[in-house]
Amino acid sequence: MTHQFPGLSPEQKKELSDIAQRIVAPGKGILAADESTGTMGKRLQKINVENTEENRRIFRDILFSSDPSIANSIGGVIFFHETLYQKSDSGKLFPQVVKEKGIVVGIKVDKGTAGLNGTDGETTTQGLDGLSERCAQYKKDGCDFAKWRCVLKISHGCPSALAIAENANVLARYASICQQNGLVPIVEPEILPDGDHDLQRCQYVTEKVLAAVYKALNDHHVYLEGTLLKPNMVTAGHSCTKKYTPEDVALATVTTLRRTVPGAVPGICFLSGGQSEEEASLNLNAMNQVPLHRPWKLTFSYGRALQASALAAWVGKVANKKAAQEAFCTRAKINGLASKGEYKPATPASQAAMQSLYTASYVY
Amino acid sequence: MGSAPANAAGSKPEDRNSANTGTCNSSKASSLSAVNKPIISEAFAIDAVSQIDKPEHVLILRVWTTMTHQYPALTAELKKELQDIAQRIVAPGKGILAADESTGSMAKRLNPIGVENTEENRRRYRQLLFTADQRIDSCIGGVIFFHETLYQKTDDGTPFAQLIKDRGIVVGIKVDKGVVPLAGTNGETTTQGLDGLSERCAQYKKDGADFAKWRCVLKISETTPSQLAILENANVLARYASICQQNGIVPIVEPEILPDGDHDLKRCQYITEKVLAAVYKALSDHHVYLEGTLLKPNMVTPGHSCPTKFSGEEIAMATVTALRRTVPPAVTGVTFLSGGQSEEEASVNLNAINTCPLTKPWALTFSYGRALQASALNAWKGELSNEKSATEEFIKRAQANGLAALGKYKTSGSAGAAAKSLYVANHAY
Repeated sequence: MTHQFPGLSPEQKKELSDIAQRIVAPGKGILAADESTGTMGKRLQKINVENTEENRRIFRDILFSSDPSIANSIGGVIFFHETLYQKSDSGKLFPQVVKEKGIVVGIKVDKGTAGLNGTDGETTTQGLDGLSERCAQYKKDGCDFAKWRCVLKISHGCPSALAIAENANVLARYASICQQNGLVPIVEPEILPDGDHDLQRCQYVTEKVLAAVYKALNDHHVYLEGTLLKPNMVTAGHSCTKKYTPEDVALATVTTLRRTVPGAVPGICFLSGGQSEEEASLNLNAMNQVPLHRPWKLTFSYGRALQASALAAWVGKVANKKAAQEAFCTRAKINGLASKGEYKPATPASQAAMQSLYTASYVY
Repeated sequence: MGSAPANAAGSKPEDRNSANTGTCNSSKASSLSAVNKPIISEAFAIDAVSQIDKPEHVLILRVWTTMTHQYPALTAELKKELQDIAQRIVAPGKGILAADESTGSMAKRLNPIGVENTEENRRRYRQLLFTADQRIDSCIGGVIFFHETLYQKTDDGTPFAQLIKDRGIVVGIKVDKGVVPLAGTNGETTTQGLDGLSERCAQYKKDGADFAKWRCVLKISETTPSQLAILENANVLARYASICQQNGIVPIVEPEILPDGDHDLKRCQYITEKVLAAVYKALSDHHVYLEGTLLKPNMVTPGHSCPTKFSGEEIAMATVTALRRTVPPAVTGVTFLSGGQSEEEASVNLNAINTCPLTKPWALTFSYGRALQASALNAWKGELSNEKSATEEFIKRAQANGLAALGKYKTSGSAGAAAKSLYVANHAY
């Protein structure tokens, strides 16, 4: 493999690189509005709204029709397939509504997880069949980036070597195919926060997973400058008894990324996992204040952490549209500030948390 | 049951991380009960498998031989020590004097200037480098020694290692034992020297060394580097690095891709990216602490017999691009080898690298042998009366490269015009 058979022309590379830079422009991040039908069901059920196509359309319309100033904090929106072809109340297709605000349109392209036989409940992700043709069509229909989520978990025997290798490989295949079709691939190797493991364990596993991902991307000749990474933050497991500050999470996360993510990657857009809206903002803010050199943008790609308040304000009532939009805009603005390390929480208590020192004895 | 599985050597891993000690985390309790044994090690897995007739038990055993637990190789103190050493070596404006030429290599340096390759001549020659005045203290962060030199002394009886250390320069030691062929390849090699390496490192540490160097060699041709050569050299570099760190020694990782050949800049860049990606995957697999390492790569250049010429800016852009795609930001510094470059070329290229407008999260400096010593050797010619002027030549190059490491070197020669040229806009790196 000592000869290069260029997969991309210089023009293609430039286009991909430009798209990626626009998405993670300073102060901007991603709204992950790509919840599948089933997942939207879970969100709507919580506010007692029926999971119909119209209700899903209405809620996304609320978000996308927010004040155009939202584009100061939102660089990209990830769509679910159904949503890409729905229209706003104004009659415009949603991609057009979003694009007119200067926001890049993205599309979830994976087809969910599938079991890895012989493992302890581990999975890979499917969706490679006909992916190239689907990407070409999505590009025509207004998309400029895509997202594919792989899932790993931490337990006594997980993640296994197979799970790590297989998910890294399928992410690389997906990324390669996207780039061929002018779509910037967001690479998402999510390590779930379930479990009672501590921060150090999550850091170790994340380092191993990301090292495998970037080796696979290299093996598959993926153009790193035209990709984005969507990882988990390094956190303790949900049932871990030890508590950590946002600074602990930030230092562990940035250390991990510095050890594994090449500087050529333009941006890292964290998933929020099970974090609350405020937690997700505080952690992102702390990331951007870590006194270590960070050659990539560190920003957000949040779903629940951007929409929870909006959903709660809406509760399915037309009259609440404005309030829902305000709630969304507020979180977007806060996360925009957090992506620059400039978020100053109002409450004194959280400010005190910001002042705390890194856990001195913690060996990263 | 609940403690982590023992490794093949039989020693129990430190159980710092198992918050779940005492529980067997399983939703498939029945199928896992068969493997509810206190110790399942990788060494035992093969034997255990043969005794088990149910397929699901075989597969579950494989789950146990995973690497999801950390068995910390280094203490916090050792990590800090390694990182501090690395940072001192590549402090702003500083680089490395590679004075680790083996006895055989020194013959190639001394013969052309008519000097006999004796132990005394080698001692006298290194002396004139190491006794340079305080002007080198701000541009030399480390010196790599050859084994023989580490135990030689100045005329007045001061051990070289002590002389260097006392002036605040870090002492390093070449620890590899040269290349050996990889059978079945097109003349490719790996590097030997792992046997007893830990004990040797411990001794070198006692004798004043704080870093080490190990050189692997790859070459570009129609059929090389092969997958095996890339994998094997990456692996042996990672083993060496792991062993060094255990002994408080910062490993300089050197995967040199030779400049021989007529390939162009792009080809070298492509191969350098593949090689470095393999190196850093291997370092990750071997649990090497990146902050406590340095990288000594080739610059990305066209082959020596390539008919196309490339500017310093093009070389810089190709080099920095390749590094940005493969070298994690956690690596403290990149100290380039000079390969076959002239003294001036090596300085001009290093300067261009440091003025390249891409984000560079590591120090980018030099680890030069010939590119620091060529003029000094020529001035010396073995004559006592020439020692002072020879030392001056060395100081001149050291200062030039110190400036280049800061992107502040202004060349006096014709290369100055080349330095002003624009980066090639449409070169798809």
